[in-house]
Amino acid sequence: MHRYANPTRFLRIANAILPWSTGIMILAFGVGLAYALVFSPPDYQQSETVRIMYVHVPSAWMGLFVYTAMAIASAVALIWRHPVADLAAQCSAPVGAAFTFICLVTGSLWGKPMWGTWWVWDARLTSMLILLFLYLGYMALAGAFDDRQRGAKAAAVLALVGWVNIPIIKFSVDWWNTLHQPASVNPMGESGIAIDTAMLIPLLTMALAFKAYYVTTLLLGMRREIAAAKVRTLRMAAVHGA
Amino acid sequence: MTRKKRRLYFIGLGMLALGAATALVLTAISDSLLYFYSPSDLQERPVAEGQRFRLGGLVEEGSVQKDGETVRFVVTDLVHTVPVTYTGILPDLFRPGQGVVTEGRLTAGSGLFQADSVLAKHDENYMPPEVADALKKSGQWQHGADGAEAAADGMSGGGTSGQPGPTY
Repeated sequence: MHRYANPTRFLRIANAILPWSTGIMILAFGVGLAYALVFSPPDYQQSETVRIMYVHVPSAWMGLFVYTAMAIASAVALIWRHPVADLAAQCSAPVGAAFTFICLVTGSLWGKPMWGTWWVWDARLTSMLILLFLYLGYMALAGAFDDRQRGAKAAAVLALVGWVNIPIIKFSVDWWNTLHQPASVNPMGESGIAIDTAMLIPLLTMALAFKAYYVTTLLLGMRREIAAAKVRTLRMAAVHGA
Repeated sequence: MTRKKRRLYFIGLGMLALGAATALVLTAISDSLLYFYSPSDLQERPVAEGQRFRLGGLVEEGSVQKDGETVRFVVTDLVHTVPVTYTGILPDLFRPGQGVVTEGRLTAGSGLFQADSVLAKHDENYMPPEVADALKKSGQWQHGADGAEAAADGMSGGGTSGQPGPTY
């Protein structure tokens, strides 16, 4: 674990991964968007409106995935006092919030023509909105203290506590009656894969693109924060040295 | 015990306690988390006449009668059914065999549900039109009499064990 706590070692690994994640992101976005928007077939009921799904579903998955990553990084930071884990959690939050926001907006745009309403307070939609608030609360809390360490600690506790919402979002459509449909891609569940292969492949390509985007922005963000910390240390040294 | 171990156990136990508390709360308020009642839910938990609630289920095949702006149809979960009347514009996805969530009141005495809003509920099946046609042709269509079970399953998330009983 502590092999990766060293920022210099982390930077070396990040710099090795970045060209690959960027390449995969560009390739997957290129292929995925072309298929999602043009080459994939329309749906038998929703016709062309189905194309919103290729952005909505991957961003929903990433909203949950990034929060889980953030909670794990927060736990590592709290337990092992791992400075790079703290950075990972804090740099994940804005990306996850953006994914969750995109998910809510695209879902609303789809809901109006399909359901006949922009928004309902069912268990899935409400728990997803709470996820957005958790991200925003995390960012606000992390920045609310003059002492960065204390802010990071408080935010990490919030990230862990808020994680209980993740299984609620995932299973809300199975546990309660909701307007939102159950999962179409649910290999573990009894419904299995309820989406045609011609639509599943562009969906998974878009999911890969979203994931590569997250890795790329996360590594760039952490690199930036490490550089900023170095600048702060140098400034302090300069002030105290003078 | 080292400090790291102590923090690990503390956080682990904290998460377990939090998870258990959340599970208990959700179980306790489960009923109010239902976005709509299925016709079977209505059998188990009767709603007072005149009280607003949402009723969800599949639109029964062959039950849709249009009379100008007013449409009458039957909502079913394949165990129980409730007749519905609604005046207004229906969503595009409204069609027999599809899920709907309607909001309104039961009219006194008749058991007729007077809806003032109808939302379409989409299911989890996504496929191109050609595949849907091919499935219909080969008789493997999931929305007919056979597959309606699965569709109704998807409609009524959880906790709706419909017992046989009188239908409306």
